[in-house]
Amino acid sequence: MEIQKSSKLLIGLFVAVGILLTKIFFIQVFDNGYKEDATNNSMVYDVIYPTRGTIYDRNGKIIVSNKVAYDILVTPREVQPFDTVMLAQILNVSEDFIRDKMKEYARNRSRIGYQSMTMIKQIPSESYMRFSEVQYKFPGFKGLARSIRDYPFNAGGNLLGYVSEVDASFLKSHPEYRSGDYAGKTGIEAAMEQELKGEKGYHIYLRNSKNQIESAYENGAYDKEAVPGNDVYTTIDAVLQQYGQELMKNKVGSLVAIEPSTGEILSLVSSPGIDVEMLADISKHYNDIIKDPYKPMFNRAVQASYPPGSVFKLVNGLIGLEEGVLKPEYAYPCNHGYPYGNRKLGCHGHRSPLILEDAVMMSCNGYFCYVLKNILENRKYDSIQDSFTKWREYVMSFGFGHKLGSDFPAELGGNIPTSNYYDRIYGKNGWKFTTIISLSIGQGEIGVTPLQIANLSATVANNGYYYIPHIIKESENVKIDDRFKERNYTMVDTTQFQKVRGGMWKAVNAPAGAGGTAHVAAVEGLDICGKTGTAQNPRGADNSVFICFAPKDNPKIAVAAYVENAGFGATWAAPIASLMIEKYLNGEVKRADLEKRVMDGNLMSRVKKD
Amino acid sequence: MDKTFKGRSLSQSFDWKLVIMYLLLVFIGWMNIYASIHSSDPSSILDWNFRCGKQFVWILTAFGLASLILFVLPSRLWETGSIIMYMGVLVLLVAVIFLGTETKGSHSWFEFGPVKFQPAEVSKITTSLVLAFIMSRSNYKISNIKDFLITLAIIGLPFLVILAESETGSALVYVGFVFMLYREGLSGWFIVLIGMTILLFILTLTTSTYTAVAVLLSAILLFNAANARRSMHWLLIFIGIILGVALFPWLWNSILETMVPGASVIKDVDPMVADAIRYSARAPWMLRIRPLYILLLVAFGFMPYLLRKSYIEKNTFIGLSVLAFLAGLFLSYSTEFIFNDVLQDHQRSRIEVLLGMKEDLAGVGYNVHQSMIAIGSGGFFGKGFLNGTQTTYGFVPEQSTDFIFCTVGEEWGFVGCFVVILLYALLISRIIRDAESCREHFTRIYGYCVAGCFFMHLFINVGMTVGLMPVIGIPLPLMSYGGSSLWSFTVLLFIFIALHHEEKKYF
Repeated sequence: MEIQKSSKLLIGLFVAVGILLTKIFFIQVFDNGYKEDATNNSMVYDVIYPTRGTIYDRNGKIIVSNKVAYDILVTPREVQPFDTVMLAQILNVSEDFIRDKMKEYARNRSRIGYQSMTMIKQIPSESYMRFSEVQYKFPGFKGLARSIRDYPFNAGGNLLGYVSEVDASFLKSHPEYRSGDYAGKTGIEAAMEQELKGEKGYHIYLRNSKNQIESAYENGAYDKEAVPGNDVYTTIDAVLQQYGQELMKNKVGSLVAIEPSTGEILSLVSSPGIDVEMLADISKHYNDIIKDPYKPMFNRAVQASYPPGSVFKLVNGLIGLEEGVLKPEYAYPCNHGYPYGNRKLGCHGHRSPLILEDAVMMSCNGYFCYVLKNILENRKYDSIQDSFTKWREYVMSFGFGHKLGSDFPAELGGNIPTSNYYDRIYGKNGWKFTTIISLSIGQGEIGVTPLQIANLSATVANNGYYYIPHIIKESENVKIDDRFKERNYTMVDTTQFQKVRGGMWKAVNAPAGAGGTAHVAAVEGLDICGKTGTAQNPRGADNSVFICFAPKDNPKIAVAAYVENAGFGATWAAPIASLMIEKYLNGEVKRADLEKRVMDGNLMSRVKKD
Repeated sequence: MDKTFKGRSLSQSFDWKLVIMYLLLVFIGWMNIYASIHSSDPSSILDWNFRCGKQFVWILTAFGLASLILFVLPSRLWETGSIIMYMGVLVLLVAVIFLGTETKGSHSWFEFGPVKFQPAEVSKITTSLVLAFIMSRSNYKISNIKDFLITLAIIGLPFLVILAESETGSALVYVGFVFMLYREGLSGWFIVLIGMTILLFILTLTTSTYTAVAVLLSAILLFNAANARRSMHWLLIFIGIILGVALFPWLWNSILETMVPGASVIKDVDPMVADAIRYSARAPWMLRIRPLYILLLVAFGFMPYLLRKSYIEKNTFIGLSVLAFLAGLFLSYSTEFIFNDVLQDHQRSRIEVLLGMKEDLAGVGYNVHQSMIAIGSGGFFGKGFLNGTQTTYGFVPEQSTDFIFCTVGEEWGFVGCFVVILLYALLISRIIRDAESCREHFTRIYGYCVAGCFFMHLFINVGMTVGLMPVIGIPLPLMSYGGSSLWSFTVLLFIFIALHHEEKKYF
């Protein structure tokens, strides 16, 4: 009996010892969590943030560079009782802000461990200087110099884009980033994030329980220096971009300029946009931007889907020529419009009949109704579905109805309806040319982006091909995709384009009284070719549209201006676009009166807010 | 008498194995104390300005004490003087409350210049001696209620005084005497019941209900195996089940991680990230299932079968086991409920502090967390002598005293932990074996007391460093830094060696 009891006690002893050893085995061999914790605990990773790459314009002017701002970091475990009032005054924040932050850290202390937390971001250097003088009074607090973006040119927030601290959802889709990192979120900053960001470096230190740094770990053998981001050269002309911003001030719309011979985007203005002043510290202004009824974040140049209006007549004319249903010498009558059934698609008063060149010059609606009618009712095709599908293929080949494939992020493709679409609405045999007659003049179901109509302008300038518009120039460090070096031909033969270009030249340069719609755009010696457009806007006054290129031979620049609720193409869009061309080609603007009228023009009150 | 002594060689009369194990543990302790402070650059392991040098002095003096006990003091003294010594220490225990210096919130130390002395340490020895003395009298019977009450009083008096000094840890060691009582005739189930109740209570609060239920289940299964006819057969099966239950949460987490990537961190991350993890998971409902539910489901599934078996075979043990499991489950859940929902904040935090769940200075569970990180980071083979970062850079508090085991764990890994714990287990089992071989009841009872004290210290201390036990500040016998502790364990052990030797002299 007694012997048995001592054996039981011995068994109990070894069971207890077994429990201890099992637990030890678990935390030492099975559970890796403790090993990671240990590294975090004794080593301090002092992260060195790389300087972000500089962004240059096409002429080597800096449009985005870096300047220094200071973050205030706290290592909660190192903090001793301190004078909250004094700290709040120095850092220019409220005492409650500091108290709340400290409470938050206390709540999460087990998660934070010995890490440093960013308490305040980007304080101005004066505040930082004040802080550094008394820093010794606040153990656990330190300033971290961080480079933030600096904008010597007001080249527009939507174009450049902003850089901000990564958030949870960004981290989820980009696992290579860590909380506290910054990344480009829109515009060029986002498009060129990989090039601009550089590589983080770190110094590793060992630290003791009193949180003093004891030494560099392995004498810095594992330290890594930060690699600065690559510089990026853009195709933007900073001077032109800034000028465009000024022209579009107090107007809603966009202004896009492209170099036709390369597809390089010279300027890309979306108005109203985000001021570069706001970009550096976007989070502070974020609420204002979100609340702004004009939606400055919305990059109209590449995202808005507008009816093109009369500039689309060029496309229909070219398709008619290629299909053989239109000849330059064909003349059609127009008596204030094109009658069909008991309705009429109206036109303005002009002499009649007109040939193609004059119809382009005067932007005759009636003429282009005949053109589209002949395209769609072509005997070559069995049904309107077939002829319409063919027409759509032509239109798509001009870069409409799909994304152009630009390197600018968040580009949208607009919309060109399909025959199925009309079948669905009107029934299989329920529609004919007159049902969709407004497509003749670029109205109706068509949606195009300003970038796409600028591209149309460039295509006409090139006599039938375009390069995909892009914003990044090839440089030593940055290669661009081969797709930007290929010519994209439309389905219309290059010989046809001469036939509409004459009309575009006359629209601008015909003598006064001849009926040219864009006489206001003429600049002596520049040989600007242009086409006005006035697109109906269901939300108020018509949109003013103008595309143009210059000079007529070997064009250097193609521009599209699209101004919402601004009325006739000739009133606002044409002057704006022609001023851009004058500025770009001549370097200075002689038409000071026109420039003043445009810059002073405020059309914001015409635009309906959401 | 002298003749007999001279006639036998020293190696035959002393239990040299005990002495060797003692020396090994003391040496290992000393090395680890050196490792734990070596970052503060002592000139050598003997540098008197540092704890390793001081410990060397404590070790030498401890050897002196051991020799004194073995070669000079008559072993009769321990029996005859036990009551006087017990009384004397009791007076000191009370006196220290009023006269002692305050250390970490408790009045339990006398300070004489550089030497600090804790009466509670000595009290273990005197209490053991008195217990041995009283219980070895020829007319003592533990089943006699009067004798039993006297025994309880002997244990209870110093226990309560030490509790009053708020030295919970030292007091808890007295629970170790129940093993001796059990050996001397107390019913085993009495101990098991008390032990399990305490264990379940603590485990539920400090670890998780799953751990508590798993331990309860393991204990019941092991008892059943011991009680069954084919013990070994069942033991093997049950050990398999226990291992399964122990490994299940780990296995479950692995499954969960494949079905719900990020599941293991979901508790620690930003709520938005957690939502994202849930959202992207293939089987988000799996997050709601806890290993405990599955364990209970299986357990309840078996219950009707077991009850039927118990009824048919007239095996009340199985029936009682099921009842015990249910009772334990009830205890565990009600502990959690009462603790979280009934108790008020200040009451709860008092218990938390008592159990070491809350360290009022450095945040919840700071000590244990740091200590587990240190041990866990050691891995299987450890980082090597003096290569620990956690212990040498001082993340672990009390690293050379109560948390010395962390240094072993970090620098020597699982291998080191295994060796050290095995040494203790061998030491304790050797004491029990020696005690059993004694004809003198006094020596046997004292031996069991010594074994009980060593065991309690070992289990509580190591259990605390690995998060099994609440943080109760008691030293690891022979290894922790400190003269008071080293001396008292040396005396405790060597009195037994002397008594055992005395016995050998006659037989």
